[in-house]
Amino acid sequence: MFPEQLNVPLGKWVNQFVDWLVINYGAAFEAFADSLLTVLVALEQVLRGAPWWLVLIAIAAITWHASRNWKLVLGLVVAMFVIGTLGLWDKAMQTLALMIVATSLSVIIGVPVGIAMAMSNRLRAIMLPILDTMQTMPSFVYLIPALMLFGLGKVPAILATVIYAAPPVIRLTDLGIRLVDPEVLEASRSFGASRKQILFGVQLPLALPNIMAGINQTTMMSISMVVIASMIGARGLGEQVLMGIQRLDVGAGMEAGIAIVLLAVVFDRIGQAYGKRSQRTSSAEDA
Amino acid sequence: MSYIEIRNIFKIFGPNPQAALELAKSGSDKEEILAKTGHTVGLDDVSLSIEQGETFVIMGLSGSGKSTLIRHLNRLIDPTAGEISFGGENILAMDIPTLNAFRRKRLGMVFQRFGLLPHRNVMDNVAYGLEIQGTDRKTREDIARKWIERVGLAGYENKFPDQLSGGMQQRVGLARALATDPEVLLMDEAFSALDPLIRSDMQEELMKLQAELHKTIVFITHDLDEALRIGDRIAILKDGKLVQVGRPEEIILNPADDYVQAFTRDVNRGKVLRAKSIMEPTTGTISGDQADTSQVVRSDTVLDDILPMALASDQAIGVLDRNDKLIGTIKRQQVITALSHSPAN
Repeated sequence: MFPEQLNVPLGKWVNQFVDWLVINYGAAFEAFADSLLTVLVALEQVLRGAPWWLVLIAIAAITWHASRNWKLVLGLVVAMFVIGTLGLWDKAMQTLALMIVATSLSVIIGVPVGIAMAMSNRLRAIMLPILDTMQTMPSFVYLIPALMLFGLGKVPAILATVIYAAPPVIRLTDLGIRLVDPEVLEASRSFGASRKQILFGVQLPLALPNIMAGINQTTMMSISMVVIASMIGARGLGEQVLMGIQRLDVGAGMEAGIAIVLLAVVFDRIGQAYGKRSQRTSSAEDA
Repeated sequence: MSYIEIRNIFKIFGPNPQAALELAKSGSDKEEILAKTGHTVGLDDVSLSIEQGETFVIMGLSGSGKSTLIRHLNRLIDPTAGEISFGGENILAMDIPTLNAFRRKRLGMVFQRFGLLPHRNVMDNVAYGLEIQGTDRKTREDIARKWIERVGLAGYENKFPDQLSGGMQQRVGLARALATDPEVLLMDEAFSALDPLIRSDMQEELMKLQAELHKTIVFITHDLDEALRIGDRIAILKDGKLVQVGRPEEIILNPADDYVQAFTRDVNRGKVLRAKSIMEPTTGTISGDQADTSQVVRSDTVLDDILPMALASDQAIGVLDRNDKLIGTIKRQQVITALSHSPAN
């Protein structure tokens, strides 16, 4: 038995800290939550308000732009169509809106953090364990304080998704920049390029295939968070899965599960197609 | 004072270079300092003077510090101690914006593995230096097009580096370095990664360009044949120390030590040594047509071309300078002695 005198009341401290945050900064958190919510609600309205065929056309256009492959376009449109035939279109659009906001937020935060990590070995040493924690800490642990700060609903769902999904884009941005050929960097410096010219003219363009792979993974991980997100009140496909579990309705759960997988496939393929495009800059002129 | 002055440069790699610097200054060698302090000596008290318009070759094996030295000239690496100046201007005192302006306007660099930007086509690679300077698109593309044509790549403007052979990529590298019209061209083992035939083409090309442009070229190589072929003067580095500086003939005829001699052993002397460096100078002034020699050569003729003449006749061969003045004579035995591996005298 571990001696009780040596127990550290970490849990108590954390509780006190969260209470202190809620009391002193509750209003600030609420303002932040509101602005995030405004964006999400607007996007959700657009997606749910648009006719289904318009969304299909948009998906087809984006896929064509990314891949120039009509077979892929057809495949992804059929996948989206199947979601509709399962009667889950509206819920899929809700999930889609949540995913787009969470992924965008992850990229907006993740790419600059990744760049900063690539520039500083010290920051990298600090960030790596934090990223590991973000990916391994069970999400419920930070969902509870998030609930206390932001209330039930979409905002804590987005934040939980960002915490879980941002690490890949951060890691791969860092990696992509570090993998840029040192001789190319040296050449750029020898011509008198400033740090800004090097970052935007050389490092980021050359890291782009890796950054795209990171964004793709981030998207996949944010989709995998939808079920947990629905537990704290986010609507969408996850809600349907949850309902299936609660009512022991295996069929309903399965339908929603299939819709989630199809949505993931659509986004994965589009993301990969963009990734490949950023890689084959050299053959772009042959196309 | 010479155009580029490098004075007493030390470069020590490691966490606390100042401690090791004292040892290096007091004369300890590379191995001793590594054993005592764990620091690596990159350059050990190197001083060089490079004249405007000359092709200056720095030669050494890997680990000799030659690549470290050339990177001091544009401060890609800063020295631990010493002074470097260009035209009297101390480049080590420059702050970052001044240094960047100096690199943009006055220096061009060519790299061993080309260092081309893989996401840009030939045109945009060649125009890169001008773009960094802030030149507008139209002007920089006109200039870049001219240089692309000059290095023989017209028609490849829209190709990407990975679509070109090594030799073509290095032509792009050369055009990129020349496009900003720099005073000094730094070439770091620029031709070492190329096939022998391509390498010799590129050397030819560089010498042709240099005959017109008269840039100051600092060329790094590990290949003595290359050094002797293109260099006006050659500096030989060993373990970060300067072993010898001199014109190609001086290096061949009077190697400073066994290390240099070992290098020169396999050199094709007939292609390096010229009439001027082995002739017996004539006293007085006799013009060429009054000479009693029936055969004459120019002072810069290489021994390979003199040898057949020398073998064909017992007569001394006259050596003429640029103004057809007789400045010396060469006898058959002198040619044979110079071509044999023992020192000339």
